[in-house]
Amino acid sequence: MSKIKYALYTGCTAKESTPELLKSTLAVAEALDIELVQLEEASCCGASHLQDFDDFLSLTLNARNICYAEKLGLTMVTICNTCQLNTSLTKDRLDSDNALKDKVNSKLKEIGLEYKGNVEIKHFLYAIIDDIGVEEIAKRVTKPLKNINIAPFYGCHNIRPSKLQSKNNGNENPYVPDSIERLIDALGGNAIDYEHKNKCCGFHVELQAPKTANKLSGDAMSDAMDNNADVVVTPCPLCHLRLDVQQHNISKEIGRDIQMPVLHLPQMIGLALGLAPEDLGLEHNVSEITFV
Amino acid sequence: MKKYETKKITFNVFRFNSEKDHLPYYIKYDMEVSQDEVVLDILNRIKWEFDGSFSYRRSCRHGICGSCAIKVNGKPVLSCKENVFHLVEIFGEELTLDPQDEKRAIKDMVIDKKNFWEKYSSVKPYLITDIAEHPEKENLISPKEADALDEADYCIQCGNCFYACPSVKANEDYIGPAALLKAFRFNADSRDNAKDERLDIINEEGAGVWDCVKCFECAEACPKDLSPISKITKLHNQIFEESKAKNNVATRHAVGFKSSIKKHGILDEGELVRYSEGNIGVLKHLPEAYEMWKKGKIVMPWNMPKSKNMDEIKKLVDIASTVDF
Repeated sequence: MSKIKYALYTGCTAKESTPELLKSTLAVAEALDIELVQLEEASCCGASHLQDFDDFLSLTLNARNICYAEKLGLTMVTICNTCQLNTSLTKDRLDSDNALKDKVNSKLKEIGLEYKGNVEIKHFLYAIIDDIGVEEIAKRVTKPLKNINIAPFYGCHNIRPSKLQSKNNGNENPYVPDSIERLIDALGGNAIDYEHKNKCCGFHVELQAPKTANKLSGDAMSDAMDNNADVVVTPCPLCHLRLDVQQHNISKEIGRDIQMPVLHLPQMIGLALGLAPEDLGLEHNVSEITFV
Repeated sequence: MKKYETKKITFNVFRFNSEKDHLPYYIKYDMEVSQDEVVLDILNRIKWEFDGSFSYRRSCRHGICGSCAIKVNGKPVLSCKENVFHLVEIFGEELTLDPQDEKRAIKDMVIDKKNFWEKYSSVKPYLITDIAEHPEKENLISPKEADALDEADYCIQCGNCFYACPSVKANEDYIGPAALLKAFRFNADSRDNAKDERLDIINEEGAGVWDCVKCFECAEACPKDLSPISKITKLHNQIFEESKAKNNVATRHAVGFKSSIKKHGILDEGELVRYSEGNIGVLKHLPEAYEMWKKGKIVMPWNMPKSKNMDEIKKLVDIASTVDF
């Protein structure tokens, strides 16, 4: 089997406020024998805010990012749910509207690029499930996550809108997603089923409506705690920034002491593959990692 | 000929009578369901075969009146459109039927939709225009003008998006996706004269578009596939295009991305928070900023990474920008 190779779109947070995400992604990729080519030319996806201000600019910038994956002829792999949303939404809109694609390409032409629409865009979670498979990942486990109750927190933009993402996420149903549970099983952990696993963390209104954001994160964390979770795991760094970093504000808002370790998905995989905590950047997590 | 299929299915049904019950409870009904039955057939059968007091709303049974919206295993559905076998494929052979919002239940599936209709009315969901008292010709719009509505006129006011919206649940002032879609529908109508007025309503902090959490629950919930969130995005755009944007944390949060991308390619997270909140407002984030700094999560301005080929990004920002703030 030839080596699996992806174009990695890191997004911004992995290079700034969640360095542990990038570190653990690279470590897990190496352990799984995946080659990642970082798209160093890529810019911010607009995080679903730039398009509120200037939709066409956001579309053009995202198209440029995709162009660099196309140049490499590699599947573009994202490690942030919102990057996944904005890049795949851009692809979908351009691939289904030639006039819009021509308009965007007329701008890209001025910097010597052309959007073609010939690469797939997938989140790392689904890329490894599709291309390696949970059974194969299970074979590589050296330190099973035995007796650890793990609550998966999916994050919105990997599973919704399902019309857009179903082709990128193995037809995951947004009401009963199960890919992370399957992965947890493969890693020897105990997946917790709880109502809020597919709900919103409120990240996108954190600045303008902090009460809403803290209530939504609080509902999710309370639910995970009520179901005896030892740890929450998420494929999205934006969810992580809320659930991991904002526990003091969440606690204040909902009047309950929320204390729970929160891992990035590749950190969890890395632990089961026997990688060292420092290779997974665990020292960067704000919540105390109590179970390692 | 293909065999006509039936399945044995258990329905776990929310029951509550606000006039006599203190708490809601669930009753299980086992039924043999055939492949053509929709959820509304099940509601009818519960009433006709098991308990005549069972209450739910229904009217057209053709997916146009919006009365029969409920939730099955948490998924908002329009009962008359939703095939039971399809739900069994997703959730298995035990299905839980709930009203759209358990907290607003009056009797069984019937809820008090006052909050939905109040929000709906608040955006002036009707055509406001000057028409001659005795017009001599029809007030037609062209196919192209009709396309601008982006099918928002197909909304049947079932309330599924509203009751699925987490921001509505967290903040009772938020207008919510259904009313916002309706505001878009009339703002996009070439005959309407009240765009300005509606933009003032939906631009309110705490109530308007800025409280959308971008979770796409509304897009999943809509039985007409209208993606209310995409209309909310278009309302955001109208606010900037019509120069109605106020200078506040929400608008600066959207605009701040542009200057950051032009400068670094990637987002300068710290600067975005400072720019959005202002020099004083940003101070309230100091506790978490300190925790993040201790854990090596804050990049100092002098270490801010940049994308490669910044010249391309700068040029694109210059030539592809379409709005000013």
